[in-house]
Amino acid sequence: MDESGTLVASPPRSAKLQVEGLSAYYGSKQVIQDLSIDFDDKSVTAIIGPSGCGKSTFIRCLNRIHETVPRARATGRVLLDGEDVYTIDPVRVRRRVGMVFQKPNPFPTMSIYGNVASGLRLNGVRKPALVQERVIRSLKQAAMWDEVKEHLDAPGVSLSGGQQQRLCIARALAVEPEVLLMDEPCSALDPIATSKIEDLIFDLKRDYAVIIVTHNMQQAARVADKTAFLYLGKLIEYGDTKEIFERPKVKLTESYITGRFG
Amino acid sequence: MKFDRDTRRKLFSHVVSVACLLCVGIAIIPLGSILYESVLKGIVVINWSFFTENQPLPCNPQFQSGCQFGGIFNSIEGTLLLIGISAAIALPLGILGGIYLSEFGRHRFGDSLRFFADVLTGVPSIVVGIVVFSLFFLLAQQGLIPTNYTLSVLSAGVALSFIMIPIVARTCEEALALVPNSTREAALALGVPKWKAVTSIVLSTGRSAVMTGALLAIARATGETAPLIILDAGSQFSFQPSAGLHQPTSSLPFSIYNWVQSAYPNWIADAWGATLVLVVLMLGISVAARLALRNKYGEGGVV
Ligand SMILES: Nc1ncnc2c1ncn2[C@@H]1O[C@H](COP(=O)(O)OP(=O)(O)O)[C@@H](O)[C@H]1O
Ligand SMILES: [Mg+2]
Repeated sequence: MDESGTLVASPPRSAKLQVEGLSAYYGSKQVIQDLSIDFDDKSVTAIIGPSGCGKSTFIRCLNRIHETVPRARATGRVLLDGEDVYTIDPVRVRRRVGMVFQKPNPFPTMSIYGNVASGLRLNGVRKPALVQERVIRSLKQAAMWDEVKEHLDAPGVSLSGGQQQRLCIARALAVEPEVLLMDEPCSALDPIATSKIEDLIFDLKRDYAVIIVTHNMQQAARVADKTAFLYLGKLIEYGDTKEIFERPKVKLTESYITGRFG
Repeated sequence: MKFDRDTRRKLFSHVVSVACLLCVGIAIIPLGSILYESVLKGIVVINWSFFTENQPLPCNPQFQSGCQFGGIFNSIEGTLLLIGISAAIALPLGILGGIYLSEFGRHRFGDSLRFFADVLTGVPSIVVGIVVFSLFFLLAQQGLIPTNYTLSVLSAGVALSFIMIPIVARTCEEALALVPNSTREAALALGVPKWKAVTSIVLSTGRSAVMTGALLAIARATGETAPLIILDAGSQFSFQPSAGLHQPTSSLPFSIYNWVQSAYPNWIADAWGATLVLVVLMLGISVAARLALRNKYGEGGVV
């Protein structure tokens, strides 16, 4: 009840990203088959499925990085706040839809500070005070400020694998995206580093729509509000994570989750 | 004598090792003798004034008295000018070309450019000299440039740059090809336009290898002689800045070529001194090229 005494229905969860009839190709090989799905804002969505089913290709279509691969293309619509990203300049799309890759990939010639600042600097933010403020905030958001604040000038590649991955998350956050795509961000990391990143993902959903690809089902169960199961480039089942894992509606989903294949 | 199999195998292995060592020894004899000869004969004339004085008048002590050794100041000056001119043309063009080939040239046109650059690398430098001579001559005939540029430090610098461009472009391309694709994707995913990702992130990741290629191309141009014989065939005077780039200059390779085939003992002695300086200069550039590969972040960066 609000002050005027009327019942306020909780507003319907808004879809941040709506995918409509997306198909993706490498040359003549079709990898994503006419896929449609909506992603909620301020929540975590996991994408699971056996390796080679097109998870990476699918999320790479969402920030239009798929098309940078020679002979790769995509058709269909991806609406970001209702606007089709395929009608916007891809450079602008990627500023709004950030991405973290499977293998940590800090820029090898840059310091920790330089890595986080790189997106801002290359996008023309010149004011050092503003850059510094954003760098500090991003490192704090990535839960690594205390670890690195004493040696911001050290090379980014001197960090451990888990720290490098959080550095890459900080680098992505520094350009203030609205959506964060993560492609198996923990697959190269040890369990302790993994659990730090999972905690971080949990915090990030307060501000972002997070879409995470994982082939680790426990991870999906731990961090995701909703889970999508992909198989051979098709969306097989999509729903609340709990539902998917406890009461899958499709036989294929059930056999994947129970480990009968994949 | 009869050996068992193991002994035979060991013996064979020893023979091959010794043979390899012998071959290496034979292969480095020329290098060793170049260094030995040029140090032995060059060191005699080298002193401070050898670097500060211009070349001497030819002089034969059998018939004349008061022969001077002079120096190589004007030759060094000419060589530095040639390097400066050719590098100013070849480095920007070569690096831009290398960036194009590596980042944008993954198709038929890029392949033909690559082939063209490789052919150009193999063209004898004397041919490059003749082509540049003809080019300048024709341009002068059309009244597009003054006639006196045809035989000058400028035309020779242009010829050297033609030799450098394909080397710089191909080494730059190879250097950038070593930059992992994940680095490019990381930059693109931050919403950086492709040209900016290439010129700031990819190029800076591969910069030490690009630098090495540039230095090796400079070393090649520093020792190149044939185009100079055609285009920039010496001067006994120092460079006159007021007279501009259409004056001919001397240079270390040309002076050596010129002096060593003369009959004047002072020139022949100076030729050995200039040889030593040239060898040390080239060695220095090669060492610099090696050092460039050790970048700031040690093993972390791409070499
Ligand atoms: N660059 C590429 N060129 C051609 N085929 C590719 C390329 N990348 C991936 N594929 C193919 O696309 C399919 C989906 O790959 P991917 O999206 O990486 O799957 P996942 O991330 O689910 O393991 C696979 O069959 C794979 O072989
Ligand atoms: Mg994948």
